[in-house]
Amino acid sequence: MKLAFPSELRRLGLLGMNARNINYISRYNDRSFFPLVDNKLKTKQLIKKHGLQAPELYGYIQYQGEIKNILDVLPKGKGFVIKPARGSGGKGILVINSREGDCFIKPSGEKLTEQGIKRHVSNILSGLYSLGGKDDIALLERLITFDKVFEKFSFEGVPDIRVIVYRGYPVMAMMRLSTSESDGKANLHQGAVGVGIDIATGKAISAVQFNRPVEQHPDTGVNLSTLEIPHWSKILDLASASYDMTNLGYLGVDIVLDEEKGAMLLELNARPGLAIQIANEQGLLKRLKWIDKVADTHQNRDERTNFSLTHFGGVTED
Amino acid sequence: MTSRYQIYIFSFLLMGIALGIMAYKINILGFPLFSGEKKSVWNIEAKVTFKGTKENAFISLALPVGQRGMSIHNESASSPNYGYTKAQRDGYTRGEWAKRKVSGKQTLYYSIDVIRDESYVPPEQEEYAKKSSIEASSAIIQAADVIMQDAYEHSADDASMAASMIFAFNQEDDSQAIEMLKRKYIHSEKDLRDLIVMLLEEKKVNLRRVGALELIDGHKNVSLKPMMEVYDKGKWQLFDMYKGKVDKSDRLFIWQRGAASLLDAEGVKDSDVHFSITESVLSARNVALIKGDEGQISFLDFSLFILPNESQNTFKRLLLIPIGALAIVLLRVLIGIKTSGTFMPILLAMAFMQTELVPGVVMFLVIVSTGLIVRSYLSHLNLLLVARISAVLIIVVGIMAMIAILAYKMGIQDAVNITFFPMIILAWTIERMSIIWEEDGVSEVLTQGSGSLFAAIIAYVVMTNEIMQFWTYTFPEFLLAVLGLIILIGRYSGYRLSELYRFASMVKRS
Repeated sequence: MKLAFPSELRRLGLLGMNARNINYISRYNDRSFFPLVDNKLKTKQLIKKHGLQAPELYGYIQYQGEIKNILDVLPKGKGFVIKPARGSGGKGILVINSREGDCFIKPSGEKLTEQGIKRHVSNILSGLYSLGGKDDIALLERLITFDKVFEKFSFEGVPDIRVIVYRGYPVMAMMRLSTSESDGKANLHQGAVGVGIDIATGKAISAVQFNRPVEQHPDTGVNLSTLEIPHWSKILDLASASYDMTNLGYLGVDIVLDEEKGAMLLELNARPGLAIQIANEQGLLKRLKWIDKVADTHQNRDERTNFSLTHFGGVTED
Repeated sequence: MTSRYQIYIFSFLLMGIALGIMAYKINILGFPLFSGEKKSVWNIEAKVTFKGTKENAFISLALPVGQRGMSIHNESASSPNYGYTKAQRDGYTRGEWAKRKVSGKQTLYYSIDVIRDESYVPPEQEEYAKKSSIEASSAIIQAADVIMQDAYEHSADDASMAASMIFAFNQEDDSQAIEMLKRKYIHSEKDLRDLIVMLLEEKKVNLRRVGALELIDGHKNVSLKPMMEVYDKGKWQLFDMYKGKVDKSDRLFIWQRGAASLLDAEGVKDSDVHFSITESVLSARNVALIKGDEGQISFLDFSLFILPNESQNTFKRLLLIPIGALAIVLLRVLIGIKTSGTFMPILLAMAFMQTELVPGVVMFLVIVSTGLIVRSYLSHLNLLLVARISAVLIIVVGIMAMIAILAYKMGIQDAVNITFFPMIILAWTIERMSIIWEEDGVSEVLTQGSGSLFAAIIAYVVMTNEIMQFWTYTFPEFLLAVLGLIILIGRYSGYRLSELYRFASMVKRS
């Protein structure tokens, strides 16, 4: 077990958990705006109001009594996603790729009965996955068919792009690729691969799995450095727009690329994790401080996105 | 930035107040800093005996007022059917008992606790002994003059004159003059003291009579030791009638000063007073509390010690919770340990305090792992959350009962303490762990489970620390310092120890 000196981490401009909580989240994320992102139903409604792209909502289930009608809400013969409105860290998200007769097929190929689906929804409603065990709402969403570009890069799950947006400026991005170890989930601490993405170009910088650098996707064997994200400036624009929508100064924006509809806002996070720094091989602090200096000079989100595109390529120096 | 300074000021203020009150309690009220410190409390009991003569009895006993460095507490007069009052007579305090038509053998008790207290200053009694004259023949007056003259010449001041006179009376081969005085007047130590006092008064020495008790544990039925104090060089100096000048040592307690009689008894006969002395060694804290009793120190009127014993014991445990919380804050903010449920480890630690550490940890592991197995079956039953948690809760209670019964049969008494485990918390822990198991895999269960257990053990170690237990209970204001510290840590924005590990690979690569 090797430990780094704090001075070395400071030199790299690494943002620690305590500094994130005190200096960024509690300073720039007003508590009263948290429900907008902590409750995915509210996020959905907000996104709709602002005319941004998001996966279609088939409906939601709020009371146990409504569960029996769940099949009426879901489209026949297609895949779908069930998620808790207040879940955290990807907990309680059930992805159904397709249906075979009475069975529902998960991305892993595992089959689930109607009973299983209903039990999952019931669990969501009784607050099993929500913070503090509060009663929750189950959202029924359209399944994303992700862009063919990523086919080789992901195992079973939908790869998504996490962009950290600070005061409206996209500062750092990574792509999260599910693996067999992560059970099709794009969650880094469950074993998904994180690929740092250059803000200027949308191309891969480096990749990590379980905090260790990796060159190839562990399941598909594809060389991760060849990853290049299409519609990059559109993605950054969507990320920056999320700030205008939520007023959260330190925001994690999760975006997916749908085959038909392009960049879609999947989820917002008011407490984004720090692993993005490992995937990008650099700390956040230098960019955050840079933005603090220029924040007042840009008027709208185009100017902000442009600033990020021109300044945050490669490694940021002091 | 200003909020940061506010935090600093606020937390240092809290710590300052806490340390200030602690310093006050230690230095002024005599509270000990550590639990091991012991102090002596001397119980002195005066036993007045007399025989009633079927007349109205009136007994008056000279009472002590304490002396520099020795204070008096828990004064009590036990005297069935007697009227008892404390009275001031000629500047002296006396205890007075009265009763009509007393007959038969009677006993009155008066008792005090004496505690050494460096800061105690008694009300000063400045009155000098009243002159008493002895009817004496010219030969004796002559002899006295010789002795006085001799002592006067062999001394430089009042104190040394007194010393020299005592020395003269204690010589093996007495001079003729002393021999004569001794034979005529001196039949006891008290006679010797009175004679020397009389002679010194002739020489205009400022002095007063003293009746003292030697503080020796187990002394019974002793009388006051006649001594005297001589005023010289601005202070009263104590003289033993055989040894000369003695230090007013901590082994002597002055019961009475002045010429007034120790015991006045009217309407009775054969009156006498004797003293018994018992030493008890108490913890210094209890001694401080005895001092604080009697409402002398109003500050302590608002301390936890005024609560009934039972509630005190409850508070003893409650007051440790902030210490456990501090440990958790340190572990989470500075170290970065993951626990399942923020304060679950504290509750676990409190359970460990009842069960002892090792049996507690074993029981915890048994309950949680059995619970997880049962829970994995319950998940097939498709239950609502509340029902499922309740089912787990019942299972937990069942497991606890089973463990208690089995262990009792096997002769392990400790296992009965299992009831102290917080059942509902355990049920939730099992529920959460099983969810984590399903979603994040076994490794995450082990990480969080062992993190919680580790945090609980650390909290247990801190909360069972003797110094912490003593401080939180004796100095509840210490918790203000803990609060200040927690507030301060709440603004710590540096790296966690776990991050030094987590980001270590980035240092190597760049």
